[in-house]
Amino acid sequence: MSPRALLELEALSTHYVSARGTRVVRAVEDVSLRVEAGETLGIVGESGSGKTTLALTILRLLPPAARITSGRLMFEGEDLLKKSEAEMRRVRGKRIAMILQDPMASLNPLFTIGDQVAEPIRVHEGASRGAAWKRAGELLKAVRIPSPQTRLHQYPHEMSGGMRQRIVGAIAISCEPRLLIADEPTTSLDLTIQAQYLNLLRELQRAHGLALIFITHNLGIVAKMCDQLAVMYAGRVVEAGPVRQVFRAPVHPYTRALLNSIPRMSDKSQRLTAIEGQPPDLAALPPGCAFGPRCPSVFDRCRKTEPPAFVHEGGLARCWLASAGDTISGVA
Amino acid sequence: MALVEATEVSKHFRTRRGLVGDAGVVRAVDGVSFAIEGGQTLGVVGESGCGKTTTAKLVLGLEQPTGGDIRFEGRDLRALDRAGRRHYRKSVQAVFQDPYASLNPRMRIAAIIAEPLLVGEQLTAGEVRKRVLHLLDLVGLPGRSADLFPHEFSGGQRQRIAIARALASSPKLVVLDEPVSALDVSIRAQILNLLRDLQAQLGLSYLFIAHDLAAVAHMSHTIVVMYLGKVVEIGDAETIVRAPKHPYTAALFSAALPSSPDERREEIVLPGEVPSPLRPPPGCHFHPRCPHVMESCRRQAPALTKVESRLVACHLYSGANGG
Repeated sequence: MSPRALLELEALSTHYVSARGTRVVRAVEDVSLRVEAGETLGIVGESGSGKTTLALTILRLLPPAARITSGRLMFEGEDLLKKSEAEMRRVRGKRIAMILQDPMASLNPLFTIGDQVAEPIRVHEGASRGAAWKRAGELLKAVRIPSPQTRLHQYPHEMSGGMRQRIVGAIAISCEPRLLIADEPTTSLDLTIQAQYLNLLRELQRAHGLALIFITHNLGIVAKMCDQLAVMYAGRVVEAGPVRQVFRAPVHPYTRALLNSIPRMSDKSQRLTAIEGQPPDLAALPPGCAFGPRCPSVFDRCRKTEPPAFVHEGGLARCWLASAGDTISGVA
Repeated sequence: MALVEATEVSKHFRTRRGLVGDAGVVRAVDGVSFAIEGGQTLGVVGESGCGKTTTAKLVLGLEQPTGGDIRFEGRDLRALDRAGRRHYRKSVQAVFQDPYASLNPRMRIAAIIAEPLLVGEQLTAGEVRKRVLHLLDLVGLPGRSADLFPHEFSGGQRQRIAIARALASSPKLVVLDEPVSALDVSIRAQILNLLRDLQAQLGLSYLFIAHDLAAVAHMSHTIVVMYLGKVVEIGDAETIVRAPKHPYTAALFSAALPSSPDERREEIVLPGEVPSPLRPPPGCHFHPRCPHVMESCRRQAPALTKVESRLVACHLYSGANGG
């Protein structure tokens, strides 16, 4: 582990505040994470767990109602929270790129593929149209688009879903970013196309030394692609650590329950362990641990006091059951 | 006798003549045969355009086949009289993917669940109410849910309501079209467990369609794998999951995500994409992407052949490799 990570979040919190300030949704609360250069981090959570807000916080692309209320966001040694909007524009798409779930929504239907892949190269590197288009052709080849020269002149509606998502990938790597954030990049793809795309991402990562953050609800993607895992629940990272370790010996009851609730191909006779209840409303969290009401191991302390993040060998867990470890960061 | 028996069923759609070119034919389902046994689950897997949704619609009677026949309890669906059709519609129900779209937001839960009961049955208000409460209990929802509206429920609870409605007319077969893919991960296990419990309790048959192969493997007794309207492999679920024979089945299952980082398996990444169903490749539809393609595959479509206790449509096993 290098002394300075590529990306380091320290006690980061993002809240959504209603117009009159009466309703506060703590979408991201006290999140500390680090991503080393070239490494892959999987952020897993259900809808409403805050994983997408966390991604948007890293890029500072939050909607107007959101406030980053505390923490530091260190990227390549600089605090992104201290940057002006103009400075952030030079980071986005250049040093940190993002791939969204729906490629049709990320591509402009009125511009050719060539224009869209060339745009970041022209904006960030000041390349001429000719030079940028030439690079765009090479990028399409890199993401395995057949006959790239023809495709450059076509429009998004002329491509299949898998091809569109590869074009979005080409745009993302066009300026050789250090970090790529992928938010559910394969949910709209068929299985065999998903396999192609995940392999492509892995190759691009190796070729360019990219760090990847996968935002997903799918533990299978994490098992296949990631080195590190952070599990989010109700805005908090409830467990984090190396993927193998977390899968083999999950510490937080939520992680354990999640792992036991997915059907496995190998043994079909086993009954799935369902997690009772449903994820909480972030504007009205229960007192104490947010997972408490659904937790099979809940005890008195959980209902009164929210557990801090306890550090154990190589990982952390926000659970009183893990309290043998030490706490980190400024926990209230 | 199987509950449902489909023999060489086809559904061809004629496309309208466009500005250019002639009218074409999409063979959405092309000569498909399968059986659904009483109390068992038939899982259908395949990617976009393979015909699994059309198959579900044919079984539900929402589309009429253009070829072949579907028998329910031994009777050809096309030969049913009025009473027979009514009986069939009550016996076959469906649960769809999106519980936010499948429940009318302006109806109370009791009315939603009771609707199938009111069609053609002479029940008093009290009897209907009793039956609704029983159905809610069956799917694990409290009785007070009856007087609430859909927006007052979460996704998982809505799917329970959709299941209760499907069960209202005491069906024998429930078509489950991606019943958990719109739900949160922590909720999916609840619904899959509920579906298995209901099957055991009520002796239901399921036609289960999902893109999550592990879920299909978990739920199904028999699995049918489809590609561009045709069955490429069909057989006992465990056999197919453990040792797929068709190169497409093998690739599909190898593309499924692992359940743990320690799970190692052969990785077969197929080149290209599923071709347009308007112009499927000649011979075996899968041949342009197949790692084992031979000369005969380009010319001749393989027939389903029995190979180690399942049926496979592939020249590798048909003995007609033609050298």
